[in-house]
Amino acid sequence: MNYIWCGMILFSLIVAAISGTLNETVNAAFAGAQASVETVLSFAGVMCFWTGMLKLAEKSGISEKIEKLLSPVVRRLFKKTDSEARKYISMNITANMLGMGNAATPMGIKAMSALDKHNKNPLYPSDDMCMFVVLNTTSFQLIPTTIIALRAAASSQNPFSVILPIWITSAVSIIAAVTAVKIMCKFRRMT
Amino acid sequence: MQYVIPLIIAAIIIMALVHKQPSYEIFISGVEDGLKIVVGIFPALVAVLTAAYMLRASGAIDLIISLISPVTDFLHIPKEIMPLALIRPVSGSGSIGILTDILNTYGADSDIGKIASVIMGSTETTFYCLCVYFAKTKVKYTMRAVPCAVLGDIVGIITGVMIIKLVKF
Repeated sequence: MNYIWCGMILFSLIVAAISGTLNETVNAAFAGAQASVETVLSFAGVMCFWTGMLKLAEKSGISEKIEKLLSPVVRRLFKKTDSEARKYISMNITANMLGMGNAATPMGIKAMSALDKHNKNPLYPSDDMCMFVVLNTTSFQLIPTTIIALRAAASSQNPFSVILPIWITSAVSIIAAVTAVKIMCKFRRMT
Repeated sequence: MQYVIPLIIAAIIIMALVHKQPSYEIFISGVEDGLKIVVGIFPALVAVLTAAYMLRASGAIDLIISLISPVTDFLHIPKEIMPLALIRPVSGSGSIGILTDILNTYGADSDIGKIASVIMGSTETTFYCLCVYFAKTKVKYTMRAVPCAVLGDIVGIITGVMIIKLVKF
């Protein structure tokens, strides 16, 4: 991110110098800083409302319900795991679904350590580890709070209109990635 | 669709009442967590939005977009969302900044705004995720998981574009 950010600024300054838009570019930097304050101010309320609601949902037993619903899926996807790893895996997926990234990451790291213990070839990631990481890189969120809040901040008429497309798109990309992992594992066993 | 959110809210409140939870206190503490997230995002948002606005004002973004347009035209992806697609796998806060910029420039309810929202919602900070999760393990060769994860992102982007263009949400 370091280089990307520095690159973005340097590149715009260079282009600005060539095309003679230096003044506008420097002014845009201040406009950008101002826009971020406006965004955060209008974004904070919606964001906090949903984190409050989701915390209430979590404490009222929704997490356990989702974990129960997930357990057959987790069992199918992770065949060579013990119950400890499976517990952390379902907790991680549930936290991701509820949009609690802060809770999901520690669970995910615990799940990875549990999978690491059963890894026969410790230098290479096991099939289950690949599957778990890929599930996390294509995560599925029930209520995409940040996006709804950002859309509300950008004065959208209907910030929620993207929820259904997000669910469908997430499902498609998860299926694609999981299938890819399965195919890759089969292919490796053959060779 | 308009009933989904009220239903979710009602379900959460009823569940909380059934489980006899101190709803008000829990909601407040959840808001506190949210405030921490907002405060955490803010510094990065300033950094990224500043850079993004500079890219736009200097005309550099148009240059980048025209450079990658052969690829995007081939895949039928609107070129305006490419900055998001490129930053998304690397940085979470960075992509929040870019999404904000796209929503402000093209409008949150335009097709481009919607596509950007869908892509943001259905993909993850893939490379960051890979780093964090493999960090505590003994695994050295993490590359094996990368192609599948990247494939998931690409499929997510293409599906997001198609679904907004073909279906009216």
